[in-house]
Order: sequence, then C-alpha cells, then structure tokens
Amino acid sequence: MTPWYQDPVQFIAEWLRGVLLGWGMPPSGVELVLTVLGAGTIALLAMLWVVFLIWYERKLIGRIQDRFGPNRVGPWGIFQPIADMLKIFTKEYITPEGVDRVPYNLAPILAVASVLLIWAVIPFTMTVMGVNLNVGIVYIIASGGLGVLGIILAGWSSNNKYALLGGFRAVAQLVSYEVPMVVSLLIPVILAGSLGVNDIVMAQRIPYLLSAPVAALIFFITSMAETGRSPFDLTEAESEIVAGFNIEYSGLKFGMFYVAEFLHAFTVSLLFATLFLGGWRGPLAEQVPLLGFVYLVVKTFVVYFVVILFRGSLPRFRIDQMMDLNWKLLTPLALVSLVVSALVAKPLEEMPLAQTLALLVSNGIVLILFIEGTGKKVQRKREIVGKPRPLAVPHPEEQQPAQSTGG
Amino acid sequence: MLSEWLYVGVFFLIAMFLPAAAIFIAGILAPKKPNPIKSSTYECGIETVGPAWIQFKAQYYIYTLVFLVFDVEVVLLFPWAVAYHQLPLFAVVEGVIFILILLGGLLYAWRKRALEWL
Repeated sequence: MTPWYQDPVQFIAEWLRGVLLGWGMPPSGVELVLTVLGAGTIALLAMLWVVFLIWYERKLIGRIQDRFGPNRVGPWGIFQPIADMLKIFTKEYITPEGVDRVPYNLAPILAVASVLLIWAVIPFTMTVMGVNLNVGIVYIIASGGLGVLGIILAGWSSNNKYALLGGFRAVAQLVSYEVPMVVSLLIPVILAGSLGVNDIVMAQRIPYLLSAPVAALIFFITSMAETGRSPFDLTEAESEIVAGFNIEYSGLKFGMFYVAEFLHAFTVSLLFATLFLGGWRGPLAEQVPLLGFVYLVVKTFVVYFVVILFRGSLPRFRIDQMMDLNWKLLTPLALVSLVVSALVAKPLEEMPLAQTLALLVSNGIVLILFIEGTGKKVQRKREIVGKPRPLAVPHPEEQQPAQSTGG
Repeated sequence: MLSEWLYVGVFFLIAMFLPAAAIFIAGILAPKKPNPIKSSTYECGIETVGPAWIQFKAQYYIYTLVFLVFDVEVVLLFPWAVAYHQLPLFAVVEGVIFILILLGGLLYAWRKRALEWL
C-alpha cells in the first residue's frame, strides 16, 4: 500500500472501509455507503468549485478588457462570488403567469445535472475517479444531450417569445454541433481501442493532441459551442433576443443556468485535457498518484485559459454563419479526418512513434487542404448592397459654429 | 459492472438533488410578493399578443433531421472504432466506405439546400 501522502483519497477510502467493516456492516452495505460518499463528494466539490471559477473568469475577462475585475471584496476580490451567492439566495422567484410549471422548474436542475454527470467518469488520478465506465465516451455525449433537453424545456415552458426563440436556436446549435464533436471523439477511441475514459488516458503514451490535432481542434470548437458561450452565445444574445431561453428565470433558478454555464466551460477544459493532453499522465504520475492530479489541474487550467481568451476576444457569430461553419466545414472535416486517421493508423500499429508522426503529417495536410479548398469556397464573398453613399461634406456657407453636444 | 452503474445512478440522483436543494432553500429564504404586473410575461414593456406556443419555422426541423441521420450513423461507428485494433485492414476499409457513403449523404443534403439558413 502506498503511503498516505501519495494517494490521500485512496487512503481515506481504505480507512473508512476498514472502520465500517469493523462496525459489522455487511460488505455490500459498505460499498453502497462508499459509493454515495464518493459521488456526493465529487458532485459537491464540483458545485463549490464554481465559486472559484466565476471569480477567476471575471478577473481574467476584466484584465482582457483593460479593467481590474472584482477587487473590492476580500483580497483581489476573491470573495466577490460568495457575496453574489448570498445575494442571489435571497432573491425572489418571479414566476410569470402561464408558465408550464413542471418543465419550468425542472429545466435549471437538468442544466446543472447534465454538466455534473460528466464528472462521474473523469479520472482525476490513476486511482481516483468516479467510475471507469466501459462506455465512458458515449456516456459523456449522452450527458451533453441532457443539457439540450434542459434548455429546450426552459425555452418552451416559459411561455415567452424571446425564450422560445432562444430555445429553438439553442436546439439547432447544440444538436448540430454534436455531430462533428461525436465524430471527432471517434478518433481517440480508434487510437485507444476503448470507450473508457481512463483507458484512453492510459493509452496516451504520447498525448493525442499530436496524433489527432484536427480532432482536438474540432472537439475544442464544438465543445465551446456546446457550452453556449461567446462567440457561440446566440442562444442568449442580449442584443437580439434579450436573454434567450432563461429570460423568465430569476433568483437562484437563473443562477443555476449561470452555474451550469461556468461549470460546463471548465468541464470541457477538463475533458479536453483528459482526452487530448494525456489527463493525469506525466513524469512519476504512476508512482505518486497525487502528482497526476497536479498535472491534470495544470493542463486543465491551460485549456481553460484559452477558453476564456476566446470568450474575451471574439465577437458573436451570426446564426447562418454559425450553421455554415458547422455543417459545411467542421462536419466534413471531421469525417475526412476520421477516414484519413483510420487508414493511416492501421498499417503502422506496431510502431507508435512512426504512427504519431504519420498521423500528425496527414492531419496537417487534411487541415490545409480543407482551409484552402472547401473553407474558402464556403466562405461567402462580401457583397456591396446598394451604391456607396456620398460623404457628408458641410457647405461652407451653411456651416454652423461648433456647438458642444454635452457628451 | 453492476456497481459501476450503481455509482452512475447514485451520481445522477445527487446531481439532481444538489441544484434542487439549493433552489428549494433559496425559495424559503426569498421574499414572495407577486403582483399581476410583476408576473406578466416579459416583452420589453409591451403587452404580449397571442400565445408563445406556436408553430414556427421548419428550418430547425430540417437541421434536426440531418442531425438524426448522423447520430444514428455514429452509433454504428462506435463498435467499429472500439474493435479497430482487432480488425484486419479489410474491415477498416469497409468502415471507411460506410463513412464515405455518409459523406455522400451530407453532400446530398448540401446540394438540396437543406443546410442553408433561410
């Protein structure tokens, strides 16, 4: 058995198992208690983690926009989300007349649950994970589908036209982007030969970012779209449909959508780090499991930083552009890269290094061909509609003395 | 095997319970003072005309149909992907042909202008 400081979670679990068995509980009962405790701990920690995420993201977005971000409550404003949380807990629920109550109240719960469910299969270290399901990838996709359900329920049950528009848009967007995402996830599955998330991590002697760069790129873009954040935040575009599907929500019911969005962004980074950057793998991670957790956190935060950078620097897509990007670029690209990877990887199975190199080169060629060929063809040419208007030049005689407009 | 799915079941219940409990507690703490104006449907200050539950734009439906085709296809591809290492080259090529047929389907939908946002 490893010393406690190398794998504290396993140590506590073993200790607890010993204590409970010592009390004379039946072994199956002990397993049930440990299962409930483990699941509860992961879910609760994920929920509480959001408090930190909100602060981190606001601070970073502030810096990107040349502001300070939260800096009043506590050192560096770190208690700001806690203050916000206390406030939102005492906010009134305004439930409009004519909402469909059951789906209306179920929607925020489903939105959070769909994201939390993904945490059940993520391996945090070599030994500490919720569960290594043999259909882990399918499970992750299915949990994502549950999130779509939450959003359409919210949009439909609110009995509000903006909410309905937001809900429709959300379904069109999330459902469409699921196609390239699922196809791109097939490539790590092919390389690892398993659907289990921990098996995929175990198989990554070389991170799959190198063997499947196109899949990684597609997964990153599509999962950004699945989170429904900028630049894909058409579902809640303020300037078009006010707040989209969550317009009629208030108090903590709205807060739950907010929590779900932030947690989803982080979960996506976690997934990306796990599936394409090697998860907990790193030097000595197999001897000292705690070190694997550190590697995972570092990798996740690198990806999360890029996610926030995307949010902070890109403007929102128009909806037809977004659909074109998905159906006319990402989906064919995902299918072609799947075909190429499957054909290239097969003859080189015995030589992992040569396989990685061949995959890297072929992926690069596919990407360049796509961007040069299809991508440019799909891109619409800018058309000038109407004649250019003459510039407004004031006539010298009619020129008024300059007036202060008062700001 | 069964204990794995037990874990997922327990996790699902907890994942549903945590937000539900938070919403419930906030409901106890929060004031409740509804009035007719406050609980009217929001539409930028204008009174709503007609119900929101209407038939609306078939374009979304077409996208969902195309999505359905691809989702079913991926379900068929997952076993192929898992068994990839045991498959001979012949079977891999068969899978590739399947994907190419699908790519043909995508091109068909494209040519039929099912992917245009109208």
